Amino acid sequence: MRNALSLGTMLGWQDLKQAYRRSVLGPFWLSLGMAVQIVAMGLVFGLIFKTELTEYLPFLATSIIFWGLISTSIIEGCMSFVSSEAMIRQLNSDHFQYVVRTVWRNVVSAAHNLVILPIVLLFFWKFPGWTLIGLVPGLAILVLNITWVVWLLGMVSARFRDMAPIVLSVMTIAFYVTPVMWYPKLFENNSLAHFLLGLNPFYHWLQIVRLPILGQWPTFENWALALLSAGLGWTITLMVHKKYRNMIAYWV
Amino acid sequence: MASISFRNVSIEFPIFNATGRSLTSSILNVATGGKLDADPSGRVLVNALTGINFSIQEGERVAILGHNGAGKSTMLRALGRVFSPTKGTAEVVGKIVSLIDISLGINPEATGRENVSIRGRLLGLTKQEIVDKYQEIVEFAELGDFMEMPVRTYSTGMHLRLAFAVSTVVRPEILLMDEWLSVGDADFQHKAEARLRELVSETKILVIATHSRELVESVCTRAIWLEHGHIKMDGPASEVSKAYFG
Repeated sequence: MRNALSLGTMLGWQDLKQAYRRSVLGPFWLSLGMAVQIVAMGLVFGLIFKTELTEYLPFLATSIIFWGLISTSIIEGCMSFVSSEAMIRQLNSDHFQYVVRTVWRNVVSAAHNLVILPIVLLFFWKFPGWTLIGLVPGLAILVLNITWVVWLLGMVSARFRDMAPIVLSVMTIAFYVTPVMWYPKLFENNSLAHFLLGLNPFYHWLQIVRLPILGQWPTFENWALALLSAGLGWTITLMVHKKYRNMIAYWV
Repeated sequence: MASISFRNVSIEFPIFNATGRSLTSSILNVATGGKLDADPSGRVLVNALTGINFSIQEGERVAILGHNGAGKSTMLRALGRVFSPTKGTAEVVGKIVSLIDISLGINPEATGRENVSIRGRLLGLTKQEIVDKYQEIVEFAELGDFMEMPVRTYSTGMHLRLAFAVSTVVRPEILLMDEWLSVGDADFQHKAEARLRELVSETKILVIATHSRELVESVCTRAIWLEHGHIKMDGPASEVSKAYFG
């Protein structure tokens, strides 16, 4: 386990270093692209929704950054084992290390994007305050959730190669049905829509990291469901791992 | 105590063709009650190894002989605990290092120094061991200042020298190889040969897949001849080699 963590982070760092080599900005190119996306979407949807930009842009910036972490981790998660085929077929390695590799690479690369946030917050002169403490458990629970999804999808995609394109489309749809660029409070008057939103785990995963930055506390429901999905997800993933771990080398 | 014991080991590869590997078709099969596919399971199995029995004790140097497709590579992977047997039990006790591909993990964009550490970690060395052995590796590979250059700027020979130098600092209990490693120009080959013999003499069990008669007779104490995934002959190296090479 410890070995898997240390090898996985080492491999993840190597992947990131790859992005830095012979490039001036390295992974910051992605951050720059994201910043442009935030400004463009902020202006367009700010006008469509007719909301105050001082409210909307900080909201959108936090949402996009964390959504980016969730969605790219999950999409890349499908390739966790397939892309490490050569190693899996030659080393008697703990497969968890390839999961750590994917998650770590994405977490560090999301940390690069995080530099956008202080700029936006300073620009609109908004400060989070004490709620920022909530970001610590929030991030921990988010990463726990991302890790099981990456692991589970990595195993399923090793066996079923159709999984990656399916996940890609699902994540595109998820972007629209999850309140990433629209306010969840828009649903408050519609009880059915509000209930359906409550069933979307992505919503709770976003809330537990987004609200602390925006100066609010996530609700009990947010914490509870984010934790519950982590518990359930890990249980299923570990069961699948136990049953099929010996097959991964044959599948990749 | 290092030891290897295979009891009735079989390895079957599931082969997923375009239809078998896709999730959609497996859903379709369920929906149509499997009638769409002539083969109810939709799976093709390749028997790479069938009913293999042997045990290897400390001190043995075993050659795996056999024609292409006889199951040598699968056997090495089963010994390396990469493939767990689909039938039977395989017991491998001891620290294993597999030198089937000595370049595994080497990243052409990273510098020689970084690659020593990546490759070293994949071989199971600790960070400290890599630091301790670093000078030895550089001197052996004769790369000097090139260690700070990306590996993609290396010649093929330099690349192999680096991979060889790192891969041979390990001291496993069980060593798995696919053919004897031979790298570099005449001078280096000499050095490499000596180093490899030293490594082999310090490991407790060597298993090497090979096509070379000379190697079997000079290095190995025992040979296992595989044919179509079965053991055709297992015995002292000289006898099996005589039977196999004629």
